Amino acid sequence: MAKLTSKGTWVEIHNIVLPAGERAPQVPEDTQQVPLEMRVKGFLVEPASLDEEVEIITTAGRHLRGRLIEVNPAYSHQFGAPIPELSTIGGEVRAILRERGYIK
Amino acid sequence: MTETLSYNEIMSQQAEIMKQSVGIDYSRYESGALAFDYERLMADTGYDVETACVIQSETAVGNTPLIELKNITELVRTVARPGKGARIFVKDEAANPSGSFKDRRASLSVHEAKKKNYSGVVAATSGNYGAAVASQAAKAGLRCIVVQEAFDSQGIAQPEIAEKTRACEAYGAEVIRLSVGPELFYVFLRVLKDTGYFNASLYSPYSVLGIETLGYELALQMQEKSAVFPDVVIATHAGGGNVTGTARGLRKAGAVDTRVIAASVDLSGLHMASDHDFNRKSFTTGHTGFSMPFTCWPDRADVPRNAARALRYMDRFVTVTQGEVFYITQVLAELEGLQRGPAGNTSLAAAFAIAQELDEEQIIVVQETEYTGAGKHPIAQLNLAKQMGVKVQRGEPGDNRPGQRIVIPEQPSQISVTDVELDQVRRSYLHHAIESLSEGERLSDVDIDFLAAETRSSKTYVREFIDELC
Repeated sequence: MAKLTSKGTWVEIHNIVLPAGERAPQVPEDTQQVPLEMRVKGFLVEPASLDEEVEIITTAGRHLRGRLIEVNPAYSHQFGAPIPELSTIGGEVRAILRERGYIK
Repeated sequence: MTETLSYNEIMSQQAEIMKQSVGIDYSRYESGALAFDYERLMADTGYDVETACVIQSETAVGNTPLIELKNITELVRTVARPGKGARIFVKDEAANPSGSFKDRRASLSVHEAKKKNYSGVVAATSGNYGAAVASQAAKAGLRCIVVQEAFDSQGIAQPEIAEKTRACEAYGAEVIRLSVGPELFYVFLRVLKDTGYFNASLYSPYSVLGIETLGYELALQMQEKSAVFPDVVIATHAGGGNVTGTARGLRKAGAVDTRVIAASVDLSGLHMASDHDFNRKSFTTGHTGFSMPFTCWPDRADVPRNAARALRYMDRFVTVTQGEVFYITQVLAELEGLQRGPAGNTSLAAAFAIAQELDEEQIIVVQETEYTGAGKHPIAQLNLAKQMGVKVQRGEPGDNRPGQRIVIPEQPSQISVTDVELDQVRRSYLHHAIESLSEGERLSDVDIDFLAAETRSSKTYVREFIDELC
């Protein structure tokens, strides 16, 4: 049996707002072929398992329903590895100013 | 939520939802076939620039430092002709509470929402503006919902927008994250209808009046520092609010001779509503994907009449490449000790080129910076670009191809601007205006006056264009 997430846990839900093929007419072809998806976070109202249809209360106090997709979702955005194409720029421009005697 | 109402049902209620949520009856300002009284719309808000300054100072918005970029100016002079190379200053808007000039835009909207007894505010934005509205709402004790276009159909989030999600949530806002597509507006309307909250639109008069303080403040600061107004102010240009508000503020401070230049990152070839292109843009704002359509026809926003009307205010419109902006962002960090942007550095890249056209005694102000951080940094953007198959290399900026190849200059002398032909923009605007007319509708004198003001041309220019077209 899937693990239950307790009531009150911070979770994320998912919904399909517009299915593929039912997108607005002005949308380009590649976007027409995929659904408009929505993700919102909030506190779980009743214990539930992943993938179940659940209700949450958002920080704005709204009750929303959707498929439970993540429990305590992480902020995973980051910097990543340094970019070699940027790494030498500082040295290059400092060398120009140094040559002019403007910096040491 | 109002789950039962379909896309078409909600869209058909747009006018009523807007009226309720902005608290402005835009029809009061309309006349002729397409004219409206722009100045009366702005004046009827009751906020003049001094009042706006007072309201903003209550939440520590504004009064940001104006910093001279002496090392960058010196670098300009190494590549400029003798006697050329204007002094470059930057208005460090990252010093605002949520880290960008967007706090100015949010402050009057949230103040107005509170005054009119709305219990919350909603904003449709993937940018710094969401964090600004969330921050102002937190201080005002109002609920806040931000609707973002945030990830593609593979579930890959644009890193800069992921950081805005985190920032909005940090201020206690509910964030609705959507995949790619203009139907975000449908979700936004549904939320407004469902909640009865105030529409803190980027394009309302409150938003644009909130930016006037930026132009006003920088003009007065420069006068205090150097006893003159700046010769040139460069604003990163997207939806038009930044250019419009800054220019209006400059005029209100008396800086009527200061030239206002709009600068955008060139994203030509990429489609703004394309799921495929979404994570290949490497920029989330300040780019031509917004600035071209909004300059050529501003009334495509989330309010009936856009208060940001950039074509009325710009003296010049230039573009720079993605690679040039990433290059100058690195230079700003390493020569000036300011880690900012990248989006606000579009105008800095333009300033680097334009300073070479001006004399050494002249002054250019780059009117904004923004905070930087995880996801919101050239390293994050270029790592995503590489992941999406975009080539990143050093070389000639002219070889930059949005979505395919980001070319970072090898020398500062390679940074240049490309002028957007303003006459083409004016003609495109007038085309849109004519197309907006209903069958059999004719333009009256009041419309011709309006179009001349909109395109910063003359009644003769407008009439000749219309004659040519018909």
